[in-house]
This record gives sequence, C-alpha cells and structure tokens, in this order.
Amino acid sequence: MEKELKVAALRNGTVIDHIPADKLFQVVSILRLKYYDHPLTIGNNFDSKKMGVKGIIKISDRFLAEDETSKIALIAPNAKINIIKEYQVIEKRALVLGEEIHDVMHCANPVCITNHQPIPTKFFVIKDEDKVRLKCQYCEREVAQDEIKLKKK
Amino acid sequence: MNNSLVSITDYSKEEILSILDSARDFEANPNRKSLDGKVVATLFFEPSTRTRLSFETAVIRLGGKVIGFSDAATSSASKGETLNDTIHMVSCYADAIVMRHPLEGAARYASEISPVPVVNAGDGANQHPSQTLLDLYSILKTQGTLENLKICMVGDLKYGRTVHSLIQAMSHFTPTFKFIAPDELKIPEEYRIFCRKKNIPFTESNELNDNFNDADILYMTRVQKERFQDLMEYERVKNVYTLQNEMLENTKPNLRVLHPLPRVNEISMDVDKNEKAYYFQQAQNGLYVRQAILSKVLNIANNE
Ligand SMILES: [Zn+2]
Repeated sequence: MEKELKVAALRNGTVIDHIPADKLFQVVSILRLKYYDHPLTIGNNFDSKKMGVKGIIKISDRFLAEDETSKIALIAPNAKINIIKEYQVIEKRALVLGEEIHDVMHCANPVCITNHQPIPTKFFVIKDEDKVRLKCQYCEREVAQDEIKLKKK
Repeated sequence: MNNSLVSITDYSKEEILSILDSARDFEANPNRKSLDGKVVATLFFEPSTRTRLSFETAVIRLGGKVIGFSDAATSSASKGETLNDTIHMVSCYADAIVMRHPLEGAARYASEISPVPVVNAGDGANQHPSQTLLDLYSILKTQGTLENLKICMVGDLKYGRTVHSLIQAMSHFTPTFKFIAPDELKIPEEYRIFCRKKNIPFTESNELNDNFNDADILYMTRVQKERFQDLMEYERVKNVYTLQNEMLENTKPNLRVLHPLPRVNEISMDVDKNEKAYYFQQAQNGLYVRQAILSKVLNIANNE
C-alpha cells in the first residue's frame, strides 16, 4: 500500500527516497521546493526497515541537476534517487559527490576567513574508504560529514 | 595563478630544494641590488615583530623598498575595509605582498584576488611557509642532507602549525618521526593518516625524558597556557616538557635542537651554550630563506 502511494502517483519526475527524517527539510530547501509549482509530495516519518523512519520527496516533471545531487549527497549520502518516466523507474541514480563543492556549505572552522568576509567557500572532497571528508580550500581544515552546515540561500 | 607562496604544499620537492640552494647563495652574499626599484608591501594584520623585521631586512638588503603596516589597528582594515579591497589597493603600489593575518585561509584568498604575488607570513594557526623553509634550511645545513633523518618533535603538536608544515615538507625526504606531546596536545589524527599514507614510520610518547638518543633533530615547540582546559595539568606539563642540558648528554653528536622561537620555558637557559643548541642560528637563517622566497616570487634570478 505504501509503495503504491509513493510511486504510482508520479507519472514523470524524480523520487528521492531514504532521506533521514531529520534531513528531509534540508533537502526540500536545497531543491527550493517552496516555490515549485508542479505537483509535489513531501512525506516524512514513514516506517523504514533500514532506517527506522525516513523521508521521501516526489517531484513531477523535474530531473535533478548535478550540483543538486551533489548537495543532497553532502547531507544525505544514503538517499536513493529514482527517475520516473510513464510511471516506471527508468533509472536509479547513485549519489556521488563531485571533486569540489562550491559555495554550498560553511566551513566548520570558526576562525576560517570565509566565516568573516564575503567569500564563496570551496571544499575538496576526500574519499577515504567509506568516509568522506571535505578539505577547505582556504583554512585547509577538514570538515567531517556530520559537521556540515549548508549555506542558506 | 600567480607566483604566490601560501602553503608549503604549494612547492614540489624540486622547488623546495631550489629555494634552499638559493638561500645558501644569499648566505654567502646577502647584500645585493637585485630588488632595486621593487616595492614590497608587508601587511601585518596582527603584530609579529620577529617575522616582519626578517622579511623587511630581506627586502632592504636586496636593494628593494618596503611599505605597509605592522598592526591592523593602524590600517584601514580597522575601519571595516574588506581584505579584498585592502589587497587591491595595495597591489596598485607594490610588486609583491607579504601578509600576516589572524584568520586562517586569509593568505590563500589574498593570493586568488591579488594581481601581484602574495607570500604568507602566517595565517592564524594554519600555514607559515617561510618558517618551514627556514627549518628545512637549518636541518640541511646542520645535517648535510634532508634524507633519511630521525626527527623528534616535542611540545604542542596539536596546534603547532610549524610542526604540521614540517611534517608535510619532510615527507619528501623519507624521514622517521617521533612525536612527544602531553595527551591534550597530541598530534592530530589527520597527520597520522598522512604519515601512514606516505609510509613514514612514526612513534608517539607523552614523556619528554623518554630517550631521543637516536634522533638527528630535536624540534621543540612552545607549550602555551591558553591551550589547556585544566591549569593544574598545564603546570605539570610545563615542568616535564622543559629540555635540560643534561638530557642531551647521550644524544648523537650530530643532533641539533631547533625551536621556532620565541621560547617561553621549553628550553632551559643552560642548553643555550651547548653546541647542539641551534635555535638562534636557525632564526638568522630566516633572512636568507626569505631573500630566496622573495626572489622566486618576483621571478628574479640570483645572479642579477
Ligand atoms: Zn575553512
């Protein structure tokens, strides 16, 4: 029944599933869905075997740009993206971080120049086995994935 | 991209060696006219008399002129001018900028927006590459090589930027490290990862009187009171981490003691007269290394 509810309603578009419940509204804001004027479903606190509870977003007639996927990868690396055409999942897209992250997040270092002057941030993505670390271009400090604070735009 | 020097990792092994080579040349003959007609700005957004005088002397002994400020309070930055505007204004007048700033990453940012090369003279706790290069020069001068040395680092290995940069720089030369630090100030995990990735052997200890008798270089750093949450712990550490002359008794004859200075009480005064004490000459070496750095960023060959 639940599966019916989530996918069947979407004819063409994108489903983002397995979003941690506490990250759902961050994903909503990354995608600027507040101003989206096509049919849109935002659900949260669904039961999930793997995660306990999860969030899900279904967006009609929209396919995500690469920078949008990399932003989602930053805060919800285990979310799943399904592309739907004519009610069918035609593509399951893995979330991959690009090599660099531009002006999406703040540096976690309070004495980093980017937190004191109007400077766009830039991070290098360092992948170490299953962990991802982000190295600030400016202060050279590393930010762990759970310390990430996205910029509000 | 211009010729800026922001971080020691900006330089390859070859570039590091060529700077050290050029520094040796300047040591033999430090007074020249190769910067004749050049203006170097020294922008010190926080005071550091030692570093500023060393850079300014380097410029003047090469026949160049210096402009700038020694404290943010006397600059337009205190009126709220952005770093972007200060750098653009200064680059109208100067051929190169030497900059010290309390915020980390300030020099990298300046190097991105500046039309003239920027030399980082310290950005908060991040990088201070001229210090690292003068450390390397001192090691090379006293050991005759940079390869295969045993380097023992002591003190504040957590916040001590000179230590972190020296690890990065020495990684080109197959070193072995020993890290001696109180538990609060242990070497950060990212540098352990760095060493493992580069196959650099290292050991750790929290006792200074653990022997360093097999070391070639004893690199001491300042243990600052502000770093401790527990002041009792600071009092204990302060005394345990003071190098005494008798501790050097059984060390190797080629061992040299380095310290980026200023020292507080990490090295007892009775070490000063030991021939293994090298920290005052080390500071002097800074002049030649900075002459070499300025010549490189300004693309001026040594024989001019
Ligand atoms: Zn930063």
